[in-house]
Amino acid sequence: MRLYGTEIASRLLLGTAQYPSPAVLAEAIRTSGTAVITVSLRREGPGGGGFRDLIAQAGCHLLPNTAGCHSAQEAITTARMARELFGTDWIKLEVIGHADTLQPDPFALVEAARVLCAEGFKVFPYTTEDLILGERLLEAGCEVLMPWGAPIGSGQGLRNPEGLRSMRAHFAGVPLVIDAGIGAPSQAAAAMEMGFDAVLLNTAVAKAADPVAMARAFGLAVQAGRLAHEAGLMPRRDMAAPSTPIFGMAELL
Amino acid sequence: MRLEVNGTPQELRATTLSDLIDELGYEAACVATALNGHFVPLGLRGATPLSEGAKVEVLAPMQGG
Repeated sequence: MRLYGTEIASRLLLGTAQYPSPAVLAEAIRTSGTAVITVSLRREGPGGGGFRDLIAQAGCHLLPNTAGCHSAQEAITTARMARELFGTDWIKLEVIGHADTLQPDPFALVEAARVLCAEGFKVFPYTTEDLILGERLLEAGCEVLMPWGAPIGSGQGLRNPEGLRSMRAHFAGVPLVIDAGIGAPSQAAAAMEMGFDAVLLNTAVAKAADPVAMARAFGLAVQAGRLAHEAGLMPRRDMAAPSTPIFGMAELL
Repeated sequence: MRLEVNGTPQELRATTLSDLIDELGYEAACVATALNGHFVPLGLRGATPLSEGAKVEVLAPMQGG
């Protein structure tokens, strides 16, 4: 998979927040097989140095986010600070429209994407399955779209599968990453079977009873789902169809 | 002068942003800075004067989703 011209070895992108300990986080990154981890920036407090070392040792591409920003201006300033601090022009652009639903503010998102793309950022916008919004983001200069599966941290999976299917068909050839709302490996596999290029998740691993094992489960599910997509799923039928041939049946009555 | 650093008002001697980073003991290359909501790159901190009541943000890498 290529994102902004960079070959990425894994289709699972993993968040680094909310793990029980830095050691568990480091091990979860390893067992997931991920090649891209999301990071953030916050007011400097004690313990900051440890996290710097951890992300350096993880050997993954870093995708800093603008989580918590509620305006284009905040997100733009955060992105500029992240670029200097993490030494990457990749930015997961989140502009939150409502504190409870954490859904994106589409208008501010496009505004911020336009400014950041013009400044040379490689913008990964956290968006909805809205097709026109997706087109506006591409016009702004984004080369990747990251539609939500469900609200951040909700674990509801793919809440609007038909809408996501339409989005996949509409943006053939554009890397689409399902970002947010994934709660179980089966949901990640379903997204991959639908033809999404990758899945980005955090809470489902971090809040699992055993995050390290769950990280591996998600890594395998994403691989399985991708393989299934490439293999081509059988067409769905409304009626039963025998799988064992009728021809050559014995007459036993 | 009276400055607000990461939301906490404090009295500091610093007159430039780079002075402030030194005075508070931050490692200059390990933090990103903003003054009154605008990003100030590392190379411009020395040439960025502070004025009374300025709001400074000093940010570091943190876990994120």
